Amino acid sequence: MIELQDVFKKYPNGVTAINGIDVRINQGEFVYVVGPSGAGKSTFIKMMYREEVPTSGTITMNGVNLAKLKNTKVPIFRRNLGVVFQDFKLLPMKTVYENVAFALEVIEAQPKFIKKRVMEVLDLVNLKHKAKMLPTELSGGEQQRVSIARSIVNSPKVVIADEPTGNLDPETSWEIMNIFEEINNRGTTIVMATHNREIVNTIKHRVIAIESGKIARDEQRGDYGYEN
Amino acid sequence: MKIRTLGRHARESFKSIGRNGWMTFASVSAVTVTLILVGVFFVIMMNLNKVAQTIEEDVQIRVHIDVAANEEDQQKLKGEIEKISEVQSVKFSSKEQELEELIKSMGEDGQAFKLFEQDNPLNDVFIVKTKNPQDTMKAAKDIGKLEYVTKAVYGKGTVEKLFNFIEASRNVGIVLIAGLFFTAIFLISNTIKITIIARRREIKIMRLVGATNNFIRWPFFLEGLWLGILGAILPIILIAIAYYNAYDYLAPKLVGNFIQILPYDPFIYQVSGLLILMGALIGVWGSVMSVRKFLKV
Repeated sequence: MIELQDVFKKYPNGVTAINGIDVRINQGEFVYVVGPSGAGKSTFIKMMYREEVPTSGTITMNGVNLAKLKNTKVPIFRRNLGVVFQDFKLLPMKTVYENVAFALEVIEAQPKFIKKRVMEVLDLVNLKHKAKMLPTELSGGEQQRVSIARSIVNSPKVVIADEPTGNLDPETSWEIMNIFEEINNRGTTIVMATHNREIVNTIKHRVIAIESGKIARDEQRGDYGYEN
Repeated sequence: MKIRTLGRHARESFKSIGRNGWMTFASVSAVTVTLILVGVFFVIMMNLNKVAQTIEEDVQIRVHIDVAANEEDQQKLKGEIEKISEVQSVKFSSKEQELEELIKSMGEDGQAFKLFEQDNPLNDVFIVKTKNPQDTMKAAKDIGKLEYVTKAVYGKGTVEKLFNFIEASRNVGIVLIAGLFFTAIFLISNTIKITIIARRREIKIMRLVGATNNFIRWPFFLEGLWLGILGAILPIILIAIAYYNAYDYLAPKLVGNFIQILPYDPFIYQVSGLLILMGALIGVWGSVMSVRKFLKV
């Protein structure tokens, strides 16, 4: 479960990105976070994986208050969370297999388990046959699938996705969405910031719209609601 | 940390050296060039030091004994000289031995002095060595005051100048080596820093996936260590070969001369050890310092 209570975020340059947000996301939900550019979506997402810390208020995720989490504890917290980015953030010098395995190596998992689990998730994203390739040898869609595989290899309860289809063509975007659907069907909470009107309007889920740092709309099975 | 994880870090560091080919080349080259400079300079300094030491040890006081002194007086004088705290050894050399030495040292021209063998004008002499070469002047002054000493000669002026010169060149050498060492650290750590800056994205991603700072640091630490050691190999080979040849060429020519160079074995092994240690230290230091910058959340 994720809960934000009275969250404010003001950057040192004086910009207030989040201006008082209260929201609760239950385990197993699929939530779209939408809104115009500069509305505060990115800050909202970054606070969820503790890249940013709120100026005031509390963010509780899986029982951990992120506002008070010490820097040294951040890596441990992130191990129970999957994060997917628009620009994939893969390690360019590591193969597909190594990129995914890395998330398990950091928790010092058994080598046998790593091998089995990595092949499982690569199978899920349909990239088992490309395990030995480098990210640069893959298409954008394939790279995003590697990134998704990495985010779920630890079997996290929550996956945060920041514009995961932003760099992809429409056809590939649907493929990626199908994978997220499957992950969600297995009980994982998904919080996804997106600008993709068609996806939000077609695959219906809860929509939280952020404008000027506040929640403008929070609807179950909502629409995108903007002209793009 | 589990041994398995340490093995993983070691494998990662080797892979990274291979995958970052050009950066590895740049870092290793920087280490190589600087260590060649440090190594050559160190070899020269150590040998100069050895020469200086030999010269210092060669400094002695020649105490001319009054002709009026009989054997008993001479024994008494010897005892008094030995009592001076700076004195290490006192050796007697008779006026006949002195003349012989003189004739020998003058070569062909020395034959002319043979005439004096009948009526030797030289004095018997005590050859005095001090424990510390720097104390020669003081000891000579004290000896000069004793009874039956006509004069105590030690190359006044020349010895002082020599000691000043040796002292100055040692100090300059230490300053230069220290300067070179810090330049090396600066140069190498900067090169390594550049290679790590190029990989800051990598470090950021590792953090996002949940790697602790230590987990990220270890492969970089080992990579720095390998880079430093790799960079030390070429300087060691070059210096060993060059020194071997120089020693082979110079040592026979210097036999019997007071200038001696340090023998190949064990000196070159000491230099090699020093260069490997320096390479490793600089490599590790450079990479650890550079990674540290990117490990702040």
